[in-house]
Amino acid sequence: MSPRMPAALKLHMVLFYAFLYVPILVLMALSFNRAGLPTVWTGFSLEWYGKLFSADPIIRAARNTLVVALASTALATVIGTALAVGVETRRQSAALDALLFAPMIIPDIVLAIALLSFYTALNMTLGLHSIILSHVVFNIAFVVAVVRTRMRHFDHSILEASADLGASEFTTFRRVLLPAIAPGVIAGALLSFTLSVDEFIIAYFTAGAGQGSTTLPMQIYAMIRFGVTPEINAMATIVMGVSFALVLIAQRADKGVFTR
Amino acid sequence: MGPGLGWLALLMVVPCGLIFTYAFFERGLYGGIDYIWTFENFTRAADPLYLGIFLRSARIALTATAIAILIAYPAAYAITRAPKHWQTALLILVILPFWSNYLIRTYAWIVMLNREGLINGALEGAGVIDEPLPLLYNSFAVVVGLVYNYTPFVVLAIYSSLSRINRETIEASEDLGASTFTTFRRVILPQTVSGVAAGGVFVFVLSIGNFITPDLLGGGRLQMVGNLIYDQFLSARDWPFGAVLSMFLIAIMMVLLFTQAVLAGRASGERTNS
Repeated sequence: MSPRMPAALKLHMVLFYAFLYVPILVLMALSFNRAGLPTVWTGFSLEWYGKLFSADPIIRAARNTLVVALASTALATVIGTALAVGVETRRQSAALDALLFAPMIIPDIVLAIALLSFYTALNMTLGLHSIILSHVVFNIAFVVAVVRTRMRHFDHSILEASADLGASEFTTFRRVLLPAIAPGVIAGALLSFTLSVDEFIIAYFTAGAGQGSTTLPMQIYAMIRFGVTPEINAMATIVMGVSFALVLIAQRADKGVFTR
Repeated sequence: MGPGLGWLALLMVVPCGLIFTYAFFERGLYGGIDYIWTFENFTRAADPLYLGIFLRSARIALTATAIAILIAYPAAYAITRAPKHWQTALLILVILPFWSNYLIRTYAWIVMLNREGLINGALEGAGVIDEPLPLLYNSFAVVVGLVYNYTPFVVLAIYSSLSRINRETIEASEDLGASTFTTFRRVILPQTVSGVAAGGVFVFVLSIGNFITPDLLGGGRLQMVGNLIYDQFLSARDWPFGAVLSMFLIAIMMVLLFTQAVLAGRASGERTNS
């Protein structure tokens, strides 16, 4: 647009990005602070990271999180991609759109208690498997959204050409459609994984009693409730670093995933 | 399509339907549900105590929404005026925090706002204050947390409607002698109503049902609807009443989404008519 930008607008932009990033950067810097407390810098140290990696509950929680995120991402990517392709190749339906959009906008506390009530009504034992089942619900919605936008920028007549040339429906999907939407599928999978790794409330309600199925966000929540500690800063830095990396890879895979 | 729709039906529609029915039954003596029809859960929700919590949640959510829009609009506008090759990078910087752990983003504000935190430390260091300000564990902290967490989405929503504006309508307005402010108010703003509405509804809905932010930044002393629902399910074990509260939340959400859809429909209708 216009090359000149009023000074006030520029200032607002600088303050806005500072507002977004200063808290995160402060947290990350403090994770390397020897004293481990805010306000005073007492020297560089990796002590808090060392403490983190020698704590059994944290290692177990990290492992649980990885299991949940990998399983729910795999399921949601396959199911969600099929769903997106199905929806986009059929007539538009507002009801269907609403159903696919719902998991993204329902307050997570409502979905969490609904799922807890449902599992309890079925007398289901809760654990990692019930967290996985629950995470797939919102992961499907995100995969569908990303793959659908990718499909809208795809020339559907190519599919007809493929069919006219005698390709079976499956061949058309595998050789024509899938390569075209693959970036969207990959981005959707990466975002699902990120969401699942970070999700707290639904996991908290559907994990059941006992420590066996504690995930990393549940562990972080317990630690924050306990107070501000340098270990949280170290853990937060690692978790944020992983999320940022995954989101940036997703953006590289599907350039328009956030900006279309 | 089958498995996906089945999954959403079984693990979203059915569970939500289930708590919908729970709302009409009595609570069991030891938690759980007694299958006796009643409307008592609804009359109980009208109790001034709970009504007060609803109103407070709405007020906090509304404040957060208004502030988020005020911060997001100029930011989105500035991004559309930045050089084209910068815009994608600027947008990605906006959403990057949005995709990281919500608990950690909220915790970052405990570090910023506590008595020995960065803000109090800086203000004391500059000699502005002698005593640390009580910035944490109150509604101020909750609003800050909500604004921080949800503003990125509002920027995206407003950016997307700003970037769809036909540049010629702005030039036409300027050529016809309108001031920058008039052009903004009469040409740009009306064309971005749907973006503002989409962003605003998102912030409001996620804020009013929020559980983590009031819990961590409100210090557990400041109850909002989300915390109330949480208590009914995990500590008071009054599931029917928790179900009623969730239904209210869903109802508010549906009304707002419907309003927003109408606004968006009207905006796109105007665009095709003219």
